[in-house]
Amino acid sequence: MTHSPVSLAVQAPTVAASSKRQSLFVAVLLIVALAAPFAVYPVFLMKGLCFALFAAAFNLLLGYVGLLSFGHAMFFGWSAYITAHAAKEWGLTPELAILLGTLCAAGLGAVVGWLAIRRQGIYFAMITLALSQLMFFVALQAPFTHGEDGIQGVPRGHLFGLIDLNDTMNMYYFVLAIFLIGVFFLYRVVHSPFGQVLKAIRDNEPRAISLGYQVERYKLVAFVISAGLAGLAGSTKSLVFQLASLADVHWHASGEVVLMTLLGGVGTVLGPTAGAFLVVTIQNYFATAGSWVTIIQGIIFVICVLAFRAGIVGVFAPWLKKRGIDA
Amino acid sequence: MMTLFGIPTAALFGQLLLGLINGAFYAMLSLGLALIFGLLNIINFSHGAQYMMGAFVAWLALTYLGANYWVALVLAPVAVAAFGIVLERTMLSRLYKLDHLYGLLLTFGLALIIEGIFRQLYGISGMPYAVPKELAGGWNLGFMYLPIYRAWVVVASLVLCLGTWLLIEKTKLGAYLRAATENPALVQAFGINVPVMITLTYGFGVALAGIAGVLAAPIYSVNPLMGSNLIIVVFAVVVIGGMGSILGSVVTGFMLGMLEGLTKVIYPEAASTVIFMVMVVVLLIKPAGLFGKGA
Amino acid sequence: MLKKALIGAACLTAMTVAQAQAQQAYSDNKIKIGILTDLSGTYSDLAGKGTIIAAQMAIEDFGGKVNGVPVEIVSADHQNKADIASSIARKWYDTEQVDAIAELVTTAAAVAVREVSKEKGKIDLVSGAASTALTNAKCSPTGFHWTYDTAALANGTANAVVKNGGKSWYFLTADYAFGHDLQAQTERVVKANGGEIKGAVRHPFPNSDFSSFLLQAQSSGAQIIGLANAGADTINSIKQAKEFGITQGGQSLAGLLVFITDIHSLGLDTAQGMMMTTGYYWDMDDETRAWSKRWSAKMDGKMPSMVHAGTYSSVIHYLKGLAAAKTDDGMKVADQMRALPIKDASGFAKNGKIRADGRMVHDMYLAQVKKPAESKGPWDYYKITRTIPGDEAYQPLADSKCDLVKK
Repeated sequence: MTHSPVSLAVQAPTVAASSKRQSLFVAVLLIVALAAPFAVYPVFLMKGLCFALFAAAFNLLLGYVGLLSFGHAMFFGWSAYITAHAAKEWGLTPELAILLGTLCAAGLGAVVGWLAIRRQGIYFAMITLALSQLMFFVALQAPFTHGEDGIQGVPRGHLFGLIDLNDTMNMYYFVLAIFLIGVFFLYRVVHSPFGQVLKAIRDNEPRAISLGYQVERYKLVAFVISAGLAGLAGSTKSLVFQLASLADVHWHASGEVVLMTLLGGVGTVLGPTAGAFLVVTIQNYFATAGSWVTIIQGIIFVICVLAFRAGIVGVFAPWLKKRGIDA
Repeated sequence: MMTLFGIPTAALFGQLLLGLINGAFYAMLSLGLALIFGLLNIINFSHGAQYMMGAFVAWLALTYLGANYWVALVLAPVAVAAFGIVLERTMLSRLYKLDHLYGLLLTFGLALIIEGIFRQLYGISGMPYAVPKELAGGWNLGFMYLPIYRAWVVVASLVLCLGTWLLIEKTKLGAYLRAATENPALVQAFGINVPVMITLTYGFGVALAGIAGVLAAPIYSVNPLMGSNLIIVVFAVVVIGGMGSILGSVVTGFMLGMLEGLTKVIYPEAASTVIFMVMVVVLLIKPAGLFGKGA
Repeated sequence: MLKKALIGAACLTAMTVAQAQAQQAYSDNKIKIGILTDLSGTYSDLAGKGTIIAAQMAIEDFGGKVNGVPVEIVSADHQNKADIASSIARKWYDTEQVDAIAELVTTAAAVAVREVSKEKGKIDLVSGAASTALTNAKCSPTGFHWTYDTAALANGTANAVVKNGGKSWYFLTADYAFGHDLQAQTERVVKANGGEIKGAVRHPFPNSDFSSFLLQAQSSGAQIIGLANAGADTINSIKQAKEFGITQGGQSLAGLLVFITDIHSLGLDTAQGMMMTTGYYWDMDDETRAWSKRWSAKMDGKMPSMVHAGTYSSVIHYLKGLAAAKTDDGMKVADQMRALPIKDASGFAKNGKIRADGRMVHDMYLAQVKKPAESKGPWDYYKITRTIPGDEAYQPLADSKCDLVKK
């Protein structure tokens, strides 16, 4: 986030020192990300990265435009289907299959966004939820998605026809690259003049309108970007797991991404990533324990809403900020 | 076989009747949601879970206490309402000053917890709950064989919805409620205890869900997931009807149930999506909903 | 004295060396078998916890060790979802040194695990899932399909129903690979016997209210409503057909996949007279009775379905394969499993043999549900009316689309 007047008042370090610390902070995170697969099960890390990108895309809407979409799984899940189908049936290379999935998600986002931004607040949430349920049923019945079976045995293929993605390490660095590109893109969007207008809309929509901004158009563009990046995450996940299934289009997945963002910290850059990894860890740990995952997720939801609305990163952000690090 | 527009009439009327039964559940649930939304301004995402709890109370009462269906019909709404009131007092009431979205998120989390616990305890294969013997059997209507129990569900739901409507439109208590929906501060100033009214309204709203759950138990069998998919359809019903009027939510519920039944005859593949498609059309033409006031 | 000690030491060394060799042959000095099944859902009765018990019995009966290396079980609930099954299988193989996965009810889940097992060269022993895809397009050199399949069900039940005069059919089909496959196999048999298909309706899986689908089936006017579903879905369809007076109206239901646990839930009053195909019945001979009673003692008096017995049989045969191969390398164990005779204490797999496509072919049985008066008590439900020889019951190897079958 940019420096607000409040944080400037709190003995802000000099700009030069701040940016140096910021670079150091980013560098440390990068090294951790590059070294992680040597210490941790890479498939788990890749799952975390995909959900982290998904949550970051969702956060653009909730954190910076103030729109709660309760149907983001439709972009995540449908792009997974498109990518899986393109890679398996049409034999597209992974980068093209992912690109196609992302574009389709953005296209779907344009239609859904155009419908949903007619209403605000709770209505917006319910409409996105209902539309995602519509897309769930389409996924259930469309022949190419293979209903309950999903699209299985999706080939990971060779990146640019050269790099064999069946190698776990190659796949990991490919996923990491996609994640970094996606998050960097979001960071640029949020810190651009366009992002400033979004925040103005979030904070006071009538004022933004009176300043002459075409609020609807800004909201729609934000929605399309968010949907597209959620799609990028879903496409990548379908290649990691070589599977596209109904679980990713189900409203439970929409709920999960809300939880990840809320837990990590709404409107922070790193929050969704932290939240995503935490939720995926819980899922991983309780994977064989039936519905305990659901119960624990529900409890975290309740705690977050009642007592922990800033989220993990939201709690640490002021402390880091004092030390010149923007989380 | 008689046909109407090329469709066998037996199948047509049969499916319409089944649609009416589904519509009865949509109506009862959307009515409760609309009541709660009117006064609390939150969308109660745990409504589906509370509906499921109603069915479970009936099943548990039968299995462990030997209490029959009619006892359950009273016991379940009371138990679900009590549970709802506790939730409202301990959790929901802390959120009234915040963005209404937090209410949605909280009740979503509660729905996950409730469903998860029941799944953990009872699995998801569903527990059978027998039709009460007073309502067993069926009538041969010529075009179809109608189980008496299903007819009872439609009648009971109509009576409940009509009763609720009368309570709100024709009694003094209902007048307070309507006034508090419009301007809670003013009503409070007149010496009416608005917080208690809010609590009771929430309790009443979820009690409706509890009764619906008992009514559903013999039809759908008692299953921890029975509410979770239904609630999203009901959300669409609410968006279509608009939150403005009690009668609106009831009428929309029944209408959409029958529309679904009709779709099953004409184009079965679209039956599960037709309500959402109607929602899209309504949003395009009248964003505030069919019975909604303003945008 | 010295001589004795020397001999003793030599013996000890020899033993240690032998043991070390045996242990080296099995990676990480442990054999781990994963039981991946439905522990909470629609199929938890016919498979579920009972399959874990059956697998434990197999390990105990084998002595708990293979050539001195201990055997362990891990288990998990795949909730009948392909994605959950696939990610658990991957995790088991990658991080928990699981050597083989068994049971795998629900075709969607079984196929998902088959993909992972094939990629990793690990053994899978499918018992609960039914689709013939597992021995056709999805076959694997290390994958086995043990208990039954849709072809065997159709060749058994549909054949018998059509020959008894049920010529026109309408299907109520669970909307996923298993249901589609069961319907297709049954249609093939019905048509081959001069029957007619009036149509089909697909219902979501799992489902609780079948009323509108049953009305569609009723208005088709077909003599037979074929239930191409399983478990709780079948039970609910049969109950609701009774509620809507469909059976009183002259149409009959044909359960295309019915387990003894389903009959137990329905009760003989509702189920009497139904015909079905099964791979196992506890009350066939002394061997099946003895094994089933042992299983029953651990399962609160229930009796095993064919999936329970099949899981036992497949796990114990896998252990034999491991012992003979002296390694846990999937390919080598699979070769041994194909070569060894199939015989175990459960009495499952009469005349069993494993084919190149991974199908374990064995005798199947056509059964009819007893009338309440004929039954001597709980679980005394079937009259076995015919033994169907394995080669007649299953899809001929020549028709298999599996690329491992040499043509």
